[in-house]
Amino acid sequence: MASKDKPDKSVDSKSIDSASQKMILKACEDNVDISWDRFEKQQPQCGYGLLGLCCRHCSMGPCNINPFGDEPKLGVCGANADTIAARHFGRMTAAGAAAHSDHGRGVAQTFLATAKGEIKDYRIKDEQKLYKLAMDLGVEIGDRSVKEIAIEVGEKALAMFGQQEGEVALLKRAPLKRQEVWRKKGLMSRGVDREIVEMMHRTHIGVDMDYKNIIDHCSRTAIGDGWGGSMIATELQDILFGTPMPVVSRVNLGALVPQDVNIIVHGHEPLLSEMIVAASRDPELVNLAKSKGAKGISLGGICCTANEILMRHGIPIAGNFLQQELAIATGICEAMIVDVQCIFQSLPTVAKCYHTKVFSTNTRGKVEGAIHLEFHEDHALETAKKLVREAIENFPNRKSAKPYEQLETVDLIGGFSHETISYLLGGLFRASYRPLNDNIINGRIRGVAGVVGCNNPRMSPLDDYHVKMVKELIKHDVLVLQTGCSAISCAKAGLLVPEAAAEFAGPGLAEVCETVGIPPVLHLGSCVDNSRILIAAAAVVKEGGLGDDIADLPVAGAAPEWMSEKAISIGQYFVASGVYTVFGGSFPTMGAKRLTQYLFEGIEKDIGGKWAFESDPIKAAHLMIQHIDSKRKALGIDKAKERVLLDMADRRALD
Amino acid sequence: MSKIIAAAGIRGAHSFVAQAKQKLAAALEKHGPDKEVSFPNTGYYLPVIYGILGVPVKTLGDMKGIIERCELILPPLVREKSHLPYLGPALDAGMVTLFAQELIEGIRYVDDPDFYLRGEDLTPEKIWLGAADDVILRKRGVEFVDGTAPGFAAILGAAPNPQVAADIAVELQKKNLYVFMAGSYKGKSFAQQLLEAGVECGWGTRLVSFGPDTSAAVFAFGFATRAAMSFGGLEPGDFRKILIYNKDRVFAFALTFGQVVEEWYATGLGAVNYGFPIIADTPIPQILPTGVCTYEHVVSNVPHKEIVQRATEVRGLKVKVSEVPVPVAYGPAFEGERVRGEDIYAEMGGGRTQAVEWTTMASMDEVEDGKIEVIGPDLTDIQPGAKLPLAIKVEVAGREMQVDFEPILERQIHHLLNYAQGLMHIGQRDIAWLRVSKSAVDKGFRLQHIGSILHAKYHEDFGSILDKVQVKIFTDKAKVEEILAKARAVYKSRDERIAGMTDEDTDPFYSCTLCQSFAPSHVCVVTPERTGLCGAYSWLDCKASNQINPTGPNQPIPKGTTLDPVYGQWSGVNAFVQKASRGKVERYDAYSIMREPMTSCGCFECLAAVVPMCNGIMIVDRDYSGMTPSGMKFTTLAGSVGGGNVTPGFLGHSKYYITSRKYIAAEGGLKRVVWMPKRLKEELRERFDKRASEVGVPDLLERIADETVGITEEEIITFLQEKQHPALTMDPIM
Repeated sequence: MASKDKPDKSVDSKSIDSASQKMILKACEDNVDISWDRFEKQQPQCGYGLLGLCCRHCSMGPCNINPFGDEPKLGVCGANADTIAARHFGRMTAAGAAAHSDHGRGVAQTFLATAKGEIKDYRIKDEQKLYKLAMDLGVEIGDRSVKEIAIEVGEKALAMFGQQEGEVALLKRAPLKRQEVWRKKGLMSRGVDREIVEMMHRTHIGVDMDYKNIIDHCSRTAIGDGWGGSMIATELQDILFGTPMPVVSRVNLGALVPQDVNIIVHGHEPLLSEMIVAASRDPELVNLAKSKGAKGISLGGICCTANEILMRHGIPIAGNFLQQELAIATGICEAMIVDVQCIFQSLPTVAKCYHTKVFSTNTRGKVEGAIHLEFHEDHALETAKKLVREAIENFPNRKSAKPYEQLETVDLIGGFSHETISYLLGGLFRASYRPLNDNIINGRIRGVAGVVGCNNPRMSPLDDYHVKMVKELIKHDVLVLQTGCSAISCAKAGLLVPEAAAEFAGPGLAEVCETVGIPPVLHLGSCVDNSRILIAAAAVVKEGGLGDDIADLPVAGAAPEWMSEKAISIGQYFVASGVYTVFGGSFPTMGAKRLTQYLFEGIEKDIGGKWAFESDPIKAAHLMIQHIDSKRKALGIDKAKERVLLDMADRRALD
Repeated sequence: MSKIIAAAGIRGAHSFVAQAKQKLAAALEKHGPDKEVSFPNTGYYLPVIYGILGVPVKTLGDMKGIIERCELILPPLVREKSHLPYLGPALDAGMVTLFAQELIEGIRYVDDPDFYLRGEDLTPEKIWLGAADDVILRKRGVEFVDGTAPGFAAILGAAPNPQVAADIAVELQKKNLYVFMAGSYKGKSFAQQLLEAGVECGWGTRLVSFGPDTSAAVFAFGFATRAAMSFGGLEPGDFRKILIYNKDRVFAFALTFGQVVEEWYATGLGAVNYGFPIIADTPIPQILPTGVCTYEHVVSNVPHKEIVQRATEVRGLKVKVSEVPVPVAYGPAFEGERVRGEDIYAEMGGGRTQAVEWTTMASMDEVEDGKIEVIGPDLTDIQPGAKLPLAIKVEVAGREMQVDFEPILERQIHHLLNYAQGLMHIGQRDIAWLRVSKSAVDKGFRLQHIGSILHAKYHEDFGSILDKVQVKIFTDKAKVEEILAKARAVYKSRDERIAGMTDEDTDPFYSCTLCQSFAPSHVCVVTPERTGLCGAYSWLDCKASNQINPTGPNQPIPKGTTLDPVYGQWSGVNAFVQKASRGKVERYDAYSIMREPMTSCGCFECLAAVVPMCNGIMIVDRDYSGMTPSGMKFTTLAGSVGGGNVTPGFLGHSKYYITSRKYIAAEGGLKRVVWMPKRLKEELRERFDKRASEVGVPDLLERIADETVGITEEEIITFLQEKQHPALTMDPIM
């Protein structure tokens, strides 16, 4: 248990937002251990592990490599530092790709069952997007019914996971030049699962012992995630649940309303949360809540589940990764419903101090101490209603005698997708990326950065690194695209509203934001939705004027507070797509000099993108800006262009 | 989009849709849903709605569906705080505004059919022209296509005073732009101000007063939308291509004068969809980032003296303005201006006195460049309203000059003099007719300035074939007679020389791709016996044009092997057409309407269409607005034939081609013609009878039906049988 007399200063060092600070203090007063406390107790953490120099892949080990160049220099099997770190890196990539792709597979299965009419609670919501995906997958449209098309799309999508040879079909969405780079290096993923399995094999004792060869397979695996598993998840979710449109909502722990029955959905898969949304609006259940003395039912999300239901329904976000325990500490959370990924095992323990019931719902993710109420797609709504009912029934069990405080929320705009960006820039009749490209070319927008990823107690105070980096970027006219917990961090800091442009953005970016009516920071969704950034990047290339490959674009990526293996997979597929990508906090290969040198430098020659490591968010932002400027120079758009006036002969020459 | 503009524009769109809905409800109540609705004489229904949504609105009842579409698209108002992105929604609101405006104007044509004028000219009682019909569209469209008019300025509001309005209008005219005017500010409209300042308005002077309400602005968009469909060959409903076509090829912009209200913002948002930027004289917010328009979207607070210059820059338009040393304004926009009645200072020719003009080639040492002589009384020597005889003799010399170019240069005199404000020129050769207005003389115009114009423009337009120009202007009767006799002898020998040219004896032919600025796949092949389909370019014109501008739109086409002398097919022509049409057209029959007829851009003078029951063809010219035996009016026919398409059974051509030896020779030629509008028959009579005699049916014209006989196949066939029309006994045409 934590000590009761923590000074306020320690709260400042844990989070920058006052709602979280209040709940950190409350947890402390309530004698509840939370992530920061456990992080402290873990200090000092294993140095070998941090540097990627500890190998426990076989029972001759564990083996450590001396990071200072002294003995031991090799593992028992003879593996050197670079091989050991590369194998770790490879397995992290595989685990991350597996997490996204297993999510994608689940969506594909549900999609196919829905298309076949085997389950009743889901339906095809966005037919236009279905047709578009069908065309990309080579599924004939003709006069066929939506059902027929959807079944074939579902089958093809599902087949991409188990495919053994050839190329994952969606890789064709990348610019042609990018595909050439991949083919030339043999990096076209042959099948989503296959590359993951092969990664586990290659990193087994005594198989792949050439770090560059291992990194090549990291690319292959990660490409199969970003342009495969994740993209399938995003695309099919949009077709099933609707392609997001801009929506205004609120963020932070104030999403929990003292007078209401509060339900938190936490995790990643919208298959569940979509149904909880529907159940929470069920008039019968709303009346039940009222009969228990509540004003209504408030639903709030945490982590990427939050992003999914924000994007499609405007449901408020209660918080990001490190706020999951704080939501329970409010004392007004009737139920926390979790599925997969990024769930703290401590939740049931924290919940014990309050009245909160924690429900695990996924067969892949049972939580010791939680109530397991398994969710299956074939009776989805029924389960969802049961969960909501449980929450309502729990409302009278709140423990505190004094009234609960309404915590604050901040406005945010969410719901940007590849499709909506195109619409927003030209309307129904002129939808295109042209205005974006034009304003990148004319320099009002210096470049575009994707700032994504997790939160991490190592990178405390919470949100600070995301917010500082993003503010620095937009101040220098870099438009920022966000997903995942990173987007929630910046939303809490008030960066995801249009008013932020005038306050924080440089004059060029602010002018474009004012023109389009957008925030300077755009929320594109959950972490599988990083695939939206890839599609948007490909669309910018296709629109023209900025080179013919993603590697030519003045763009950069970052994950300043990363912690999950998914972040490594995302980072690797961005690098492999040609993007300069900066991570902060720690980097899992730092003990292996040649490998790190390759990831940070040499790899750029091979695949166009590269990694970088910088924990200082301002310095990291400037590394990204430098990179953007170098790309602008290479494109010849670092200088202002003369205005071209056309006469009739010029117009005749138009195609 | 600035938030202020988006918010105001979206509110304006809501207001227009509400107005349209209300007016429609009242109209339905009064006339019922089956009441026909249309703009006058057009094949494009309500053109913005037809072009963008692909829906032909034919009745009041059809309008209900459009209102529903409007309400579906109409975005919500912009929230004050934490608003949603508005650029896309605001652009949608702009389109919805145009739809609603078009409904409102359509209803007006039903409720008050005489509110707008029909035709091109204002009358003392009526000053609002309303929707341009398809005759105007095609006639004016040619100018957009060939570059005589690079675009238009759509004006909303009113200037601070009539003089400012007049100054701005003249500046726009000097840049050859059309000026489309709608709406008012403080109870005044720009068009009324021009009239107050004594400026002549109407299609002829390119100062087009559409209507007094903001909704009349939609006529400008209707014009632009139809240009894309008729010249660009785009399909109704292909909204994206139609809008991009306008962005890339129709260089239009909007000017607002006065305080910008919500309705104007809404209309402006509509303009931005077309790529037309807005330039305001008041300090409204600006939208400078580019993307939807080529450059800025809204530029404001521009002083009146700079507004035209600024507007052309913002639109990305390069206009070559001729600097002609005369004391009056000069440019194509003044071509259609009239000089009449009290305003005439001097009149020459026109039957009252003799006037003649003659351009002739001379050797280099005979011509002193820039020398202008006036022989006889000048304008200052006569009383206002007097008449004078006139002879204009232009002598040109140059190393590249040829006798063949004389008639081409001479024919320029007509429009070159007409371009001067206050001069009206009609006719040519020995039937020329010139009027000079009092205001021109007040500004200092004298007869020597005729020479100044011809000297400057000949050098500017034909500098590559001539080096020296001198002009003699005679008003002395005896001298005029002397020149007349010489000129007539030259005219005669010229006519004989041209009449002797045949396609068989001529190689190369010439291309004309002038229209590709508007119709990217259209190629005219011009031969001595077949002029360009617009009627403006003969083989000699093209040859001269090529000499002047060797890389220009008129290129020599070596005939190559003759593949088919009857249908008129040559290997060289095929190869050229394939390349110049960007692969869209592979083969081409010069003399056939049925097999591989030439493409049509949209600015053809006449259309021929097969009339199957009569085993012949009908010809309709663009000035005839009535029904034809094909079951379609010219406008509808033109809509399905134009845009650079090959359409067997239909052919766009010039009037001149009708009396050519090669006129649809593959199908039997002139004898196939079974129907023509009466006025066209009269216009062509002389040449027609001559050609008819050559083919052995001297009274053919009398056997051809016209609208007084009938406008259906059934009606005319009896007539044809009665007259024993030769087509009835020819081989089946189909």
